[in-house]
Parts: sequence; structure tokens; C-alpha cells
Amino acid sequence: MFGRRAFAVVLAPIALFTACTSDSNTQETTTLNVYAASSLATPFELAGLAFEKAHPGVNVQFNLGASSDLARFVEEGAPADIFASADIANMDKVESEDLLDTPPIIFATNYLEIVVEKGNPLNILSLQDLTNSDLIFITTNPDVPIGRYTTEVFKKAGITIAPDSFENNVKSIMLKVAGGEADAGIVYHSEVVAADGEVDGVEIPSDFNILAEYPIGIISTSDNKELARGFIDFLLSPDGRAILSQHGFGLL
Amino acid sequence: MSQVRRHRQKLPWQIILIASIAVAFFLSPFIGLLWRTPWSKFTDIVTRREIRDALWLSVQTSLITSIVCFVFGVPLAWLLARVDFRGRRFIRALMTLSMVLPPVIGGIALLFTFGRRGLIGQYLDSWFGIRLPFTTTAVVMAQCFVAMPFLVLTVEAALRQLDTRFEDVARTLGGSRWYVFRRVTLPSIKPSLFAGLVLAWARALGEFGATITFAGNLPGTTQTMPLATYAALDSNPESALILSLLMIAIAFSILIALRDRWLGRTEQGLPL
Repeated sequence: MFGRRAFAVVLAPIALFTACTSDSNTQETTTLNVYAASSLATPFELAGLAFEKAHPGVNVQFNLGASSDLARFVEEGAPADIFASADIANMDKVESEDLLDTPPIIFATNYLEIVVEKGNPLNILSLQDLTNSDLIFITTNPDVPIGRYTTEVFKKAGITIAPDSFENNVKSIMLKVAGGEADAGIVYHSEVVAADGEVDGVEIPSDFNILAEYPIGIISTSDNKELARGFIDFLLSPDGRAILSQHGFGLL
Repeated sequence: MSQVRRHRQKLPWQIILIASIAVAFFLSPFIGLLWRTPWSKFTDIVTRREIRDALWLSVQTSLITSIVCFVFGVPLAWLLARVDFRGRRFIRALMTLSMVLPPVIGGIALLFTFGRRGLIGQYLDSWFGIRLPFTTTAVVMAQCFVAMPFLVLTVEAALRQLDTRFEDVARTLGGSRWYVFRRVTLPSIKPSLFAGLVLAWARALGEFGATITFAGNLPGTTQTMPLATYAALDSNPESALILSLLMIAIAFSILIALRDRWLGRTEQGLPL
């Protein structure tokens, strides 16, 4: 008797949990899992809302992070339908594992800017100014696209800089520069646009700048390929392109 | 002991089955890790400079954190256990809060408080020229923030269960308050003190979220083992595996070394 009751007590939460999870499945919503580079956060969230409005019963779920993290998640079998990377290299990693349904499409571009605290108190005007060793300059690990692009820019400009920290992703650079904890970083132009005056951007001459290309692709294991194609089509439509360009992205 | 055995015989198989699932859940990730570990590259990776730096930094900072936790945590635990004052429950809740809070949030909070533009940090900077973010000191602060509550709550529980008559006797025999605290109180709670210290130290060693948020991630200065592991995941997954294994080995060997004190206390029913 006691045994049976204890058994019931233990099983009740499990049953409840199962009930809860299956509950969300029985409703007729389809979830589209979009894994996107953190620099795409704002335009993608807006595009997701517009897409949900046009497709009742569809829930667009974002997983935003460093492209390198997301590529690893996809490789490890995470339930992604779409992967949008901030560089070709991380998309290549996923493609080389045969995880893409079709070849990726470049849907947006970006370029780099030096980001400094609002008002530019240290009067940083050029890449050369970043070589001042008193300055707190932060970047990301070289596997994260922005970290590798930053290294490329320094190489092109022929300067060497010892960063004070290798942050997780571009958002973390923005947080610390906007908060005044770090003096400068190199980020995407779109990040400076998204910060909406909370930071200042300093131009990097085109000779030293890079063109960041954003590829997007449908994951081969996706159960919602049709829907995924629809979302990508939306990004490529005039409405989608308007959202991207409003947020500082270049279009091809 | 015989009582324990009788209970064991009566246990329904269902409970045993479910408990076994729980054990398998905890055990299988370690096996998975061992399974993927590239053993042939072990010595090659462990002797790399960035790994040695991270290991050394982790050992240093977690030990300093343990000392700081001891120095500040024990008096706080004593206060919470022995003195009935307004706000005692608040402080206890505060300790629990920082224990259950996601460490990243703790890191953001530290950044906005002790950062260069932070509530306190701005004065540290303008009056003393002290800047904490991106320094090893910040690593220790982040670790203390997440680890100290483990020591405080463990020691507090022990102090509350302690029979105060020993201390009273020591006082009547002429011991000063400080002397009694050092020679009677502290020795009587030694097992819990050790347990609390080990818990705090282990928590500090594994600290990731608060560290990377508040202290940043720079090899040799703020890149501790967990940060190095995370950084290696992309560029060099094999290093990441070896590093994980190394951390497990360190934590495990310390727990084994202290197991007598550890187990000695849990059997008496102290919360751990």
C-alpha cells in the first residue's frame, strides 16, 4: 500500500510534466527555430513578428548568440530549422557536415566601426588611436566572427593591439563600451545603429574595413523546411529588406 | 545500522528503479566526457602555456577566494546564528539569493556596482584610481559573490546546532569572548567549517558566468579554467575536453581527500 502511494507521488510530477509538454503540441502551433548571429537580433525579431502575423499558428523562436556557438549547437544536433551566420566560415562548418538542405544564400552585409563611449571622451578618431596601451580595448575570441574580422582589420592597417578581454559575443562588447567599462571595441555598423545614440561610432576607412557577409540556410534535419523557406523568402522580400536596411545592414 | 538495513529491504522496486535513473543521469555525462577524451594528446595539451596559465590562475584565485570567504563568512555566520537582530532574515535571504541567482546576473550587478561607472566603482576610480573590471581582483570578487553564501549558510547551521553550554563554561572559567570563539566555538564546528570551505572553494573553481561578465576573459589575467574551456570549445574542442577532465579530477580529488570530514558530518544530519 505504502509502496503504491509513494510510487504515485513520484510519478505524479512526471505525468504532469509530460502533460504540460504534450499540451503545447496538441495546439496547432508550429514552432520555427531560427538560430541567428547575435548581431541580427533586432531585425530578426521584427521580421519574426511580421512573419507570425502573416502566418497564424506559427511561432518563430530565436536562438541568438555567437555564430560559432550556434554552428556548434547545430552540429551537435540542436533542433534548428534555420541558421543565419555572421560569417561564411561558420556556415561552411555546418555545410561541411552535410547539415544544410540547400546551399546558403547571402542575404545581408555589414561593415565594421570602432565603437566608443557616448561623446567619445577619449577622442578616439582612428585605428592608430587604439594602439594606446592605457586604453581598454575589448574584442571576442577569434572564432566568433567579429573577433576574426577585428584581427583582419588590424592586419590590414598594420597595427598590433593587445586586447584587454575576449568577450563572448558582439553584444557583450556593446554592453561594456556603452556602460563605460571598456574604452573601445570594433563592432558591426549595424550594432552602432541599433544602440541608437547610446554609443558613438568611429569610421574605419574602407581600405582597412571588411565586408561581412551574412549567409542563411535551411538545416537538412528540419521538419519545417517549407515554413523555413517562407521565412527566408520574407527576409529577401521588400518588407524584409526594409527591416534589414533600417537596422544598418547592407543589401546585395 | 541494523535499522538502515531493514528499511532497505522494504524499499519498493519502483523507488529503486527511479533512483537508478537519477544515478544514471548524473553518471552518464562523465562517461560521455571520458568517451570523447583524446587521451593520446593529454600531456601535449596539459603542458600548453595557455592551459597552464588558466590552471594556475584558477588555483590561485579560488584559494584566495576561500580565504576571503573564511575571513568574512565565519563572522557573518556567527552573527546570523547567535545574534537576534533586525534584518537577520533579510541577510539570510540575501545569501540564498546570490546562491540561486544565475551567476551572469551577479556579474552584471557587480559590473554596475564596482565597474568604472558603477555606483561604488566610479569613486574607486576618481578617488583612488582603482579600476576593477578586467583585473584578477575582479575574478576573486566574482568568485566570492557566488561562493561565500555556501560557507556562511553551512557554518551558520552548525553554529545554531552547537550546544552553547561549552562556550558558557569556557566563559565562566575566565576565557575572553575572542578566546572562547577561537578555542571553543571554532574547533567544535570544524567539520562544518571544512565542508563549507570546500563547497565555497569548489563553487569558486567552477565560476564562469559572473567572472566573464564582470572580469572579462584575458589569458593569464582573468581567464580561469572554465573560461579557457569555453574559449577552447570553438577553436580546439580537444583542449576543451581535456580541460573539463582536469577540472573534474581536481574537484574530485579534493572531495576524496576530505571525505572523512565530509561524511562524518552528513551522517549527523547537518544540511550540506
